[in-house]
Amino acid sequence: MNQQTENIIDIRNLSRHFGNKAALQDVTLQIPRGKVFGVVGENGAGKTTLIKHILGLLKAKQGSVSVFGMDPVQQPRRVLSRIGYLSEQPDYPEWMTVTQFTNYMAAFYETWDRRYATELLEMMNVDPSKKIGELSKGQQARVGLCAAQAHRPELLLLDEPSSGLDPVARNEILSAVIRTVSNEGRSVLLSSHLLDEVERVSDHLVFFSQGSMVLSEPMEAVLSKHHQVIVRFAGSLPWQKIPGVFKASEANSEWQVFGYGEMEASIHGLRNLGAEILEQRLLSLNEAFLARSQSRLPLREAA
Amino acid sequence: MNLHLTQHSGVPPYLQIVTQIKQLISAGRLEADQELLPIRVLAEKLLVNPNTVARAYRELEAAGWVYTRRGAGSFVAPGTTSLSAEKCMKQIRERVTSLLAEAEHMNVSTKDLIQLVREIDNERKKGE
Repeated sequence: MNQQTENIIDIRNLSRHFGNKAALQDVTLQIPRGKVFGVVGENGAGKTTLIKHILGLLKAKQGSVSVFGMDPVQQPRRVLSRIGYLSEQPDYPEWMTVTQFTNYMAAFYETWDRRYATELLEMMNVDPSKKIGELSKGQQARVGLCAAQAHRPELLLLDEPSSGLDPVARNEILSAVIRTVSNEGRSVLLSSHLLDEVERVSDHLVFFSQGSMVLSEPMEAVLSKHHQVIVRFAGSLPWQKIPGVFKASEANSEWQVFGYGEMEASIHGLRNLGAEILEQRLLSLNEAFLARSQSRLPLREAA
Repeated sequence: MNLHLTQHSGVPPYLQIVTQIKQLISAGRLEADQELLPIRVLAEKLLVNPNTVARAYRELEAAGWVYTRRGAGSFVAPGTTSLSAEKCMKQIRERVTSLLAEAEHMNVSTKDLIQLVREIDNERKKGE
């Protein structure tokens, strides 16, 4: 089996409108086996709409969605049985004990591994005799994490799983991501606002803005291409002339210039404009995200 | 094999792993022919993508600090590094240059720094 080329998710030209608002615009995305895909974007950028299409909760009206080679709306059982899903606000029956709940989940999944479920709960220090309604938010998330993993899914789908959780619970989620991808051939799609975490665990980054996928690149490329150069320049710096530069701001004749692509190319362009280079560095994912979020320019990469 | 990753340091995680393993080997806390933690185990411990650890191990191997046996894992290379003397000097030179810059920034004189190097070296030799 060629793991490099086999895509477990294949989305082509997917668009979705809610009223006048474009929630997704012409999104094409393939996710191969064995990779962690980090999905980032501001609230309302389209991340959850995308995930709902993958789960078959929304039907593709324009474009196509294929998961494990199937249409998730046509074959929900066969698709969902191979996905583990955890959302920000899991909706679990509060009156059930944890054990009752895992037994209930086991009935849905042929591949449910009871021993593994017990192991996971023990590892995360969840008391299986407690009622779900009595658990803290962090403990409930752990139950959700167990429910998303115990059938050993080929795809783990995490939609803002860490929001509002304590650091220990957040680390357990990251642990689950690493464990999933370490298991040959399993993939993870992680949508999160916690960019440090996305940076740590992702192989590939997908960036949504206002329904469009504005960036889809290996994480290593994202981190080695986003850069900041600080220059001295009197007057108005015509930074728009430099390919790859997408944002610049001035304070006391020092300009902060943000670029995407080869840092040397940006520096060269700035020198040609007569700017004096003071500082240069690569950005973290968090910094790159902030710089881009405030910029509405289409992306052009420096040659 | 205790490693610690810091975020916001500006140093990419794979490089932090490389540096810390080199330090563990230099300090004798990892011995020749000792097996490094398997990639998956270290990845889960550090909560980073397994490819990040794999990249660090590859770099260590390329630099002669570690050797790999197919299907068995990665091991600490015996003896000193297999790098050429010239390459070793180049790497040391880079480290010393950045150390000097740091010392200058902290108002530590070069004289005090040399004194410190001697002291630490003596301590190490006593420990042996």
